[in-house]
Amino acid sequence: MSDSPLTATRAPSSGFSLFHYASPQTFFPLAGKLLWPTWIIAIVLTIAGLYTGFFIAPTDATQGDSYRIIFIHVPAAWMSMVVYLVMAFWCAVGLIFNTRLSFMMSSALAPTGALWAFIALWTGALWGKPTWGTYWVWDARLTSELILFFLYCGYMALQAAIDDPRRADRAGALIAIVGAINVPIIYFSVKWWNTLHQGASVSLTQSPSMASTMLTGMLLMALAAWAYTIGVALVRVRAIMIERERHTDWVRQLGNAAQAGDIKA
Amino acid sequence: MLSLFVSVVRRDLLLAWRRRSDVLTALGFFLLVTSLFPLGVGPEPEQLSHIAAGVMWVAALLATLLSVSRLFESDEADGTLEQMLLSVEPLPVIVLGKVCAYWLLTGLPLVVIAPLIGLQFNLSADETLIVCATLLVGTPSLSLLGAVGASLTLGLRGGGALIALLVLPLYVPVLIFGAGALDAWRAGLGIQSHLALLSAVLLVALAVCPLASATALRIAQD
Repeated sequence: MSDSPLTATRAPSSGFSLFHYASPQTFFPLAGKLLWPTWIIAIVLTIAGLYTGFFIAPTDATQGDSYRIIFIHVPAAWMSMVVYLVMAFWCAVGLIFNTRLSFMMSSALAPTGALWAFIALWTGALWGKPTWGTYWVWDARLTSELILFFLYCGYMALQAAIDDPRRADRAGALIAIVGAINVPIIYFSVKWWNTLHQGASVSLTQSPSMASTMLTGMLLMALAAWAYTIGVALVRVRAIMIERERHTDWVRQLGNAAQAGDIKA
Repeated sequence: MLSLFVSVVRRDLLLAWRRRSDVLTALGFFLLVTSLFPLGVGPEPEQLSHIAAGVMWVAALLATLLSVSRLFESDEADGTLEQMLLSVEPLPVIVLGKVCAYWLLTGLPLVVIAPLIGLQFNLSADETLIVCATLLVGTPSLSLLGAVGASLTLGLRGGGALIALLVLPLYVPVLIFGAGALDAWRAGLGIQSHLALLSAVLLVALAVCPLASATALRIAQD
């Protein structure tokens, strides 16, 4: 396996190319430019979403105010699943096209995905206590969320255990893809297992109709979660890029520019 | 390709025959772990027969995990693995041969010894047969998935704990269908669907795992 010259030597061209931003050198300034807009969108949407959720949305008839954790819980659960798929996608792109940046992107996403999975589990437990009377039930969704959390942990642990970044990238990519193939199998097996043990479980199904303000609040929070994930992944991928490419010319020039007072690249 | 497969299997079996004690470790672990459960949860026959399938399956999972990390270790240590990677023969077939030999040495003995544990856990003859059947179809999947973990963690520090973190989540479907078959049978649902799903998992694992494991070996030895 040799390094593809595709990303290593191609100079930034004037025409649009799919791979133009596939090199750290060209992506670094772009990520820097995207950073602030993303953060601002995330903050504005979070404030709007939380306000809608906590002050405008009506109190639930059966659950009272405790249902309001849904505005954090559901977006977190969505994001934990989406981020894993995006991660596996970048891993596959990296293995197919041999682009370094794809691997950096997926390792930048992993901690955020794990965080979302953890938040989903944590808020789910807090929500479970007042509504079901228990912090944890072995419901299909809870169990598969827990296993998803373990998959994130496995990916990060494997990457951390390998010193050579090239090997770490590829080994992590492989386990992420194998995990992604397994996620639907795990989900349906757990679901089926749960229906067998129906006696002990509590139904999670929502009441059929949901007030439109509730839905609005949830969608706003979901978009805010997207923006936050993108923003934090960009910050992390910039750090990874500089760390990995510290011996290259463009990072050195960046360092010189920073010393000259121009901190914002 | 078949002759390559057969020769790899034969080689690994021969190597194992010359170091018999290695093979018995996983089996001893399986026996020991299952014997610990009655001591932990109490010897009531009702309760034991209730948890038997789950205990045997979890013990089989852990026994696989314990031994699978050594799947490529000796080959890597004496340079055989490098020759396998350099060889013109397809690496996935070599890996499949190694996994097959590994299963014959560690998976099949668990199936054979399972009736004994069934006796200890107060299972009837039919119930023992069901557990054996699920183990027979399920343990090859465990070996195949374990091989992916073993090749990914080859030569890494803390390999043992790491392989557990990587592979155990992937074992969940096998565990659920394997241990669930007995419950389904007791509920009068029959075990065909569970066996069919276990076989489906096995077929997917047969298609994907040798390829993934071979890729991981190339990454590890890059």
